[in-house]
Amino acid sequence: MEAIEKEVRCFIIEHFLFGSGGNGLKSADSLLEKGVIDSTGVLELVSFLETTFHFKVEDHEIIPDHLDSIGNIVVFVDRKKKSA
Amino acid sequence: MCGIAGIYQWDGKTPDQDRLHRMIQTIRHRGPDGTGVFAEGPVGLAHARLSIIDLSGGHQPMANDDQSLWVTFNGEIFNYLELRQYLVDRGYRFSTTSDTEVLLQMYADKGEDCVKYFNGQWAFAIWDKKRNRLFLSRDRAGIRPLFYTTLRGAFVFGSEIKSIFAHSEVKREIDVEALDQIFTFWCTLPPKTAFQGVYELPPGSSMIVEAGKVTVRSYWKMDYTFQDEAEKSEEEYAGILHDLLVDATRIRLRADVPVGAYLSGGLDSSVIVSLMKKANASLETFSVGFADSEFDESGFQKQAIDYFGTKHRDVFCKEDEIGRIFPDVLWHMEKPVVRTAPAPLFMLSQLVRDARYKVVLTGEGSDEILGGYDIFKEAKVRHFWGRHPESQMRPRLLKRLYPYLPNLQKQSESYLKAFFYVRPDDVNNPFFSHLPRWELTARMKMFYSDEVQSKLGGGSVYKTMEELLPKGFLAWDPFLKAQYLEFSGLLPGYILSSQGDRVAMAHSVEGRFPFLDYRVIEFAAKIPTRLKMKVLNEKYLLKKSFQNLIPETIRKRSKQPYRAPEGKSFFGTHPPDYVMELLSPDRIAQGGLFHPERVQKLVEKFRRGQAIGLKENMAIIAILSTQLLVDQFIHHFEERIAYGGH
Repeated sequence: MEAIEKEVRCFIIEHFLFGSGGNGLKSADSLLEKGVIDSTGVLELVSFLETTFHFKVEDHEIIPDHLDSIGNIVVFVDRKKKSA
Repeated sequence: MCGIAGIYQWDGKTPDQDRLHRMIQTIRHRGPDGTGVFAEGPVGLAHARLSIIDLSGGHQPMANDDQSLWVTFNGEIFNYLELRQYLVDRGYRFSTTSDTEVLLQMYADKGEDCVKYFNGQWAFAIWDKKRNRLFLSRDRAGIRPLFYTTLRGAFVFGSEIKSIFAHSEVKREIDVEALDQIFTFWCTLPPKTAFQGVYELPPGSSMIVEAGKVTVRSYWKMDYTFQDEAEKSEEEYAGILHDLLVDATRIRLRADVPVGAYLSGGLDSSVIVSLMKKANASLETFSVGFADSEFDESGFQKQAIDYFGTKHRDVFCKEDEIGRIFPDVLWHMEKPVVRTAPAPLFMLSQLVRDARYKVVLTGEGSDEILGGYDIFKEAKVRHFWGRHPESQMRPRLLKRLYPYLPNLQKQSESYLKAFFYVRPDDVNNPFFSHLPRWELTARMKMFYSDEVQSKLGGGSVYKTMEELLPKGFLAWDPFLKAQYLEFSGLLPGYILSSQGDRVAMAHSVEGRFPFLDYRVIEFAAKIPTRLKMKVLNEKYLLKKSFQNLIPETIRKRSKQPYRAPEGKSFFGTHPPDYVMELLSPDRIAQGGLFHPERVQKLVEKFRRGQAIGLKENMAIIAILSTQLLVDQFIHHFEERIAYGGH
């Protein structure tokens, strides 16, 4: 789980925050409310998860409950990997 | 249409004529048909003329008979024939057939209240020798620009900031607070401009400069308090709107040169062309097309051309062309922007000029006054949902927003709900309609340098905006609040300037806007909001007014806002040299406004072809345009003037 979190956090900080404000981003913070991610960002995030962790994210799985915080993403990725 | 500049000195000297010539030469693109300079006593006025009315007379600066009044005037007073008759009846005599002389005589008759009688678009300065004062004014909607600054012992003004900077004593510095406004609202809030100490006269305002003192007075403001009047029937509203637009167009066809029109393929420009046809005007139209089907409207343009039988010319805009011309576009806009949309309009005005046209009618203003923008629709849906946040049905309307944004349309319903989520306090926020746009734009501030962050010190741009709101605003209907914010903010600050006056005048082309006739604006303010947007049908009343007068497919199509290819215009196969140069870490560090490492990461994302989000596209354009502004206006101003407008 730690390795997943590290990878996801690194992607978000580099890709959406361009290196800024990463230290202040907590695992439970909403990426939408914090203004980290927008509608295109969700699609970018899904593409990153599929490429990095080698699974397909189904349309019905693209929901804030799975993807709106680093913590949620880590749980989602872990579950997907186990069920793959 | 023209360019104006001038100086008023209270140090006992007369302004230097060479200096006035230099100031007006920097904006010669606004008036290539002749220049004139007047300097006497404490005042100097300069003028660059684009001759449209009274081609042989009408030279400026112009004086009245006894030379006690002198004027330099940019714009048109469309009701000048009626005002001239009024003045003749009162015993005034005229030596030209120009609207400039009417303006001057109206001032002689009415004093500063003269502007209340004008139906037009103007920025002018009158030297009133007897009263020893300079009177300046700008039209109600802010169609024509007017900037000024004060020095020790002098007041300096001009149609464009570059003419003020041509005065060697004016300092050229970026105003970071103004930058912060642009990085939120897409434009500065009057009187600020992107430059420290240089101000714009707000729309609907006049100013008096006398005895070293500058006084600004508002003579007109958008007002929605007439909403309480007894309502008319839908048919009556539609009929009055139609008739007002007929007359607004009729008087805007007054010119001694041919008048063309922009034809976008949308509702507003089709309405304008139909009105020109009704007035038996010659129908020559101009449009811009794009290679990318996401932006191109050629199909609808063709339908309108066939329907009206216009003689049509178009220019094709490719992405790399936007990148190539962007520095010239910025030179004319004089402020950072978050969109590239002014660039194709710069190309369009070149097309008009090449066709030997000087004047075009366009549909600007319709979306603001008649309820056409998607931001109104979005606010309406969010407000409807916000009243019952537990509803499962209401958020389904979100799917009907922004049909032309593919990445948004791909989102699941739960994500759409999350994007447009209405926080409990939001509905009471005076900026409810605009918060999503402004908050999204403000995310670009992550690219500010540490120095800029600390200089701004967390000050709120919303507070400045709140101070500009009219009395009673908080009690207005939410739809009217949204309309006001668009009409008083983005319309003069971006649409009429960066996308309007500045890119048209770059090629000596005058835009005229029937929807911004003050009679139309004031009438539109009285129309019940349910008739502006019926459920989610935008500009409902306008569509009703022009039933059977424009192509039915255009009347019924949903709004497609004018947009252009964004960030990728600068990162194609052969990016222009200036892009990588100005965005390099060294140049970013040298400018001191942005964070070099973060900008570098953004640039790399674009170079990899992975930057597709709205936020990133706005950011790269905003940063690049700011860097261009610094480069052209702060570091290399003299070279840029020598190089000329293009």
